[in-house]
Amino acid sequence: MNPTPSTPTPSTASSASGKPKLALYWAASCGGCEIAVLAINEKILDVAAAFDIVFWPCVMDGKVRDIERMPDGGIDVCLFNGGIRTSEQEYMAQLLRRKSKVLVAFGSCAHEGCIPGLANLSSREEIFQAVYGNGQSTENPQELRPQVQTHTPEGEILLPYFYDTLRTLDQTVPVDYYLPGCPPEAENIWKAIEAIVSGKLPPRGTVLGPTTTVCDECPRKRSEKKIQQFKRTWQTVPDEETCLLEQGLVCCGIATRAGCGALCPRVNSPCIGCHGPNVDVPDFGARMMTALSSVLDANTPEEIERILTEGIPDPVGVFYRFSLAASLLRRSRLRKKEVGPGGNGGNGANQPTGSPAVEKASAARR
Amino acid sequence: MAEKVGVYVCHCGSNIAGMVDVEDVARWAGENLPDVAVARDYKFMCSSLGQAMIEEDIKKHGLTRVVVAACSPHLHEKTFRRVCENANLNPYLCQMTNIREHCSWVSVDRAKATVKAKAMVAAAVERVKKQQPLEPMSVQVNPATLVVGGGIAGLQATLELADAGYPVYLVERRPSIGGHMAQFDKTFPTLDCSACILTPKMSEVGQHPNVTMFTYSELEEVSGSVGHFKVKIHKKARYVDEAKCTGCGICVEKCPRKVIDDDFESGLGYRKAIYTPFPQAVPRIPVIDTTSCIWFERGKCRACEKLCPTGAVAFDQKDEHIELDVGNIIIATGWELFDCRRLPQYGYGRLANVFTNMEFERMCNAAGPTGGKIVLRDGKTEPKSVAIIHCVGSRDVNTNEHCSAVCCMAALKFGHLVMEKTSAEVYSFYIDMRTNQKSYEEFYQRLLEEGMHFVRGRVAEVTDAARKPEEEGKLIVQVEDTLVGKQRRIPVDMVVLMAALEPQRDAKELGIKCGISCSMAGWYTERHPKLDPVATMTDGVFVAGTCQGPKDIPASVAQGAAAAARVMGMITKGAVMIEPVVASITEELCSGCRICNNLCPYNAIEYDEEKGVSRVITSMCKGCGTCVAACPAGAITGAHFTNDQILSEIRGALWDAHASAAAPAQAQAPAAAQTASGS
Ligand SMILES: Cc1cc2nc3c(=O)[nH]c(=O)nc-3n(C[C@H](O)[C@H](O)[C@H](O)COP(=O)(O)OP(=O)(O)OC[C@H]3O[C@@H](n4cnc5c(N)ncnc54)[C@H](O)[C@@H]3O)c2cc1C
Ligand code: SF4
Ligand code: SF4
Ligand code: SF4
Ligand code: SF4
Ligand code: SF4
Repeated sequence: MNPTPSTPTPSTASSASGKPKLALYWAASCGGCEIAVLAINEKILDVAAAFDIVFWPCVMDGKVRDIERMPDGGIDVCLFNGGIRTSEQEYMAQLLRRKSKVLVAFGSCAHEGCIPGLANLSSREEIFQAVYGNGQSTENPQELRPQVQTHTPEGEILLPYFYDTLRTLDQTVPVDYYLPGCPPEAENIWKAIEAIVSGKLPPRGTVLGPTTTVCDECPRKRSEKKIQQFKRTWQTVPDEETCLLEQGLVCCGIATRAGCGALCPRVNSPCIGCHGPNVDVPDFGARMMTALSSVLDANTPEEIERILTEGIPDPVGVFYRFSLAASLLRRSRLRKKEVGPGGNGGNGANQPTGSPAVEKASAARR
Repeated sequence: MAEKVGVYVCHCGSNIAGMVDVEDVARWAGENLPDVAVARDYKFMCSSLGQAMIEEDIKKHGLTRVVVAACSPHLHEKTFRRVCENANLNPYLCQMTNIREHCSWVSVDRAKATVKAKAMVAAAVERVKKQQPLEPMSVQVNPATLVVGGGIAGLQATLELADAGYPVYLVERRPSIGGHMAQFDKTFPTLDCSACILTPKMSEVGQHPNVTMFTYSELEEVSGSVGHFKVKIHKKARYVDEAKCTGCGICVEKCPRKVIDDDFESGLGYRKAIYTPFPQAVPRIPVIDTTSCIWFERGKCRACEKLCPTGAVAFDQKDEHIELDVGNIIIATGWELFDCRRLPQYGYGRLANVFTNMEFERMCNAAGPTGGKIVLRDGKTEPKSVAIIHCVGSRDVNTNEHCSAVCCMAALKFGHLVMEKTSAEVYSFYIDMRTNQKSYEEFYQRLLEEGMHFVRGRVAEVTDAARKPEEEGKLIVQVEDTLVGKQRRIPVDMVVLMAALEPQRDAKELGIKCGISCSMAGWYTERHPKLDPVATMTDGVFVAGTCQGPKDIPASVAQGAAAAARVMGMITKGAVMIEPVVASITEELCSGCRICNNLCPYNAIEYDEEKGVSRVITSMCKGCGTCVAACPAGAITGAHFTNDQILSEIRGALWDAHASAAAPAQAQAPAAAQTASGS
């Protein structure tokens, strides 16, 4: 993101065309969501035809100040991917919220924190320690750390503040719609765009997708479940026909919102849960855990303990891979002295949220 | 529209008010909790005045929700729901919070208890606002009843119901009904002959037009609920056609294979491979024991088949699985004998002349293996002295903590029989003499007069290692006589161990099938130990006799009759209302993952292959919530326990944390950093 001054101001361009204005933004995420937008292939031309793209830093030059200058509500739709980890991202979320009529949390990171949210198991200091301190490929004998403000002879250098806790978009600003997936599938992106263009939108706060889970789209044969052992993917080559969970693989398809067409199970790989929970489910991981523990075929506490520790050595990584930041607990506990600005654990949310599920979750936390 | 909540905080005399400042809680709720329209405290909320106060408030203030902070909903939820109903408010819009058991009784600090009570009231208020009106469902009661267990308790229940004109299915695991009583000789305290009082009841049951007996059968499966259970019975093959057999007994007589009968004869006598356990068995139809029959062992013989005059022996008979519809179930599966080998110090199984109480019962029985003669293991020598040891496997932390309740009396009965039939000296080694039923103490006095010797103390050991010449060839009972305060060694010829009554080994399994629970030891748990001793926590399932706890015949009979009376009450009523607190599956949300499919303890969930969704059979669901918690798609809703209700309740309980967390503003990052790379 290093916009050059030569870009024409988006506001002028769009006002000329009269088409709805579209913005896309990228916060704490891997960039896959940006690629996913391009993966709608030639339809991107239809998007370009239907919208005035006023801001898309990944693809085209743009200035924040131009957005700042736009009237509030001047952008029709903003597809925002990524969670909120830094002060800059927080600012941009607030800015784009103000300027956009419709704000879409695009992809798992914005929706529920995703992989960057797993860092909520650590504090800012621990993350810095891993990255700038004792990382395996790091040489930093002076223990330098990024500073928010640095004085140099040339002038002041500023960096965004890095928060203790990654927040989802709706824990930061109210969100109108959610497009789940890591990344969202091209087809679903297109459907969402179509819906927006045609004005056929469901009530605000809706996650755009089916209201059932991946099993519904999975062609595998399934029966009553009884699990005696969990296997990890490298330990077995599952048969192609039977439900993977029944073969001992932790398939999150049972709890994950449908919409992907059961992509992973169709290629003999268990669903890892990237579409997040089904409608009105406040905590994805809790659902997975209660479901799996209900079908364990074991009688003694020792046996249960063995099945779980042998088969699921990293429960948070398995059950909250995508949703830790959006879960009821949101993060591991911070020791008092670690609490930094904006990073006050689960209470970091400063806005009412759009999603009923998350609203309940945050209500419960309060 | 905002709800109007009424909050009623009970003093429960000093039960609650002694530890919780109830007036403060009520005042605080009225002033601070949103949507609370009325908040009052009162001495006894459950009294008619308390009830009237709530009823009047609902009418006068147009309350839409009611919270009662008092005792356990187990005790008074019905009461306060009724109050709401009387005031035309749906009873499910009333919420109780238990500030007695959960707060005052478990607290020592008045200030802290008061804060906790406030949190509990806040939780209930937040919850009740989310509660929805529910309507109970009505179910017709099937007049047929299933009785499991054909001991005296089960027989009594069967006869009461059958005589009143209702159909009964009686399931007994053994080849004949009768239970343990059929094995006894005399019964205490009156010493009337056990068979003489039992067999008329057995044959009455056998011939009753309203009774269908399934002997040599077990209960396999139960589904449904009160009023309309579906049960499946596993009828094991007898290899004798019940329709053709006349009970003549020729097959038994001719069967060449003789084996020790360690069930009915307690190992003292023999039976054939084809047998009826005893002469007065009901039904009098033999069974073939496939583990001892020569045909099943080696493919030879079939003498019984050849010699049966009616051609009733049927080696091709198969097990049957019979499905029945019943409205109620009475469990009367009785007790099992403690295995005396678990206490090796008493020598049972090692020392020939140590007997169990049940062996001794058979020995005394004129129809038993010794023809009623009391003799040593050699089958002929009459003992000159007999020791009876109480509490074997009872009242002992290493085996069973319970008192078996009948062995003291049975020991006295044995003492009488020994002295009546032989000239032997009889010693009773007891810890406490428990003779606390009608005419029992008198029986004890009688035995004291008859000259039975009583030694108070728990026996340490029975041994054949003699220390003195007079101990040679005897069994020596080593005991501390606690009345005299010294160790004694008493040499005797015969020792009888009063083995404990234990629950059936499969009691828990059967309990799970019927949805009832057991104590840690394995006795079935009644709904209330004092006020509801034959009902269970599962509506429509009753218990009777010793499966509920050790007891004598009169108490078993009384319970059998009581259970039958309860069932008749249900049948006469015609219909029962069932709780609307049930689970339901929203089809659009269900992915058909089948996680829930075999979780339901009441088999209330079915899978629709065609649609690929699961479904709750409402009339069978008990609202336990198991499936609700398990469904990974969040497709199952437990009425009265929705996410919304529970999360609101939690939010309410955390009202003070909430209040302090709401205060600090979101900390801001250094302002300069906000748009660092922005322009
Ligand atoms: C040595 C001794 C002497 C006693 N003498 C006396 C006495 O003189 N007077 C007195 O009042 N009491 C006496 N008692 C107590 C008496 O035995 C009990 O009170 C009485 O047997 C209780 O009857 P019940 O029907 O509850 O159980 P039981 O007699 O045990 O009958 C239970 C029946 O259920 C059947 N059953 C068990 N499980 C299943 C199943 N899963 N499916 C189907 N059927 C099943 C069993 O086969 C049995 O037929 C004595 C006890 C002992 C140990
Ligand atoms: S493999 Fe996964 S997605 Fe497919 S049916 Fe089984 S649990 Fe569901
Ligand atoms: S099977 Fe035949 S021989 Fe045996 S008792 Fe019955 S009728 Fe008599
Ligand atoms: S009844 Fe008597 S002998 Fe039996 S366990 Fe109780 S105290 Fe012991
Ligand atoms: S709540 Fe679910 S598991 Fe429990 S009884 Fe009802 S259907 Fe069965
Ligand atoms: S667990 Fe839930 S989603 Fe799965 S089959 Fe049952 S109701 Fe349907």
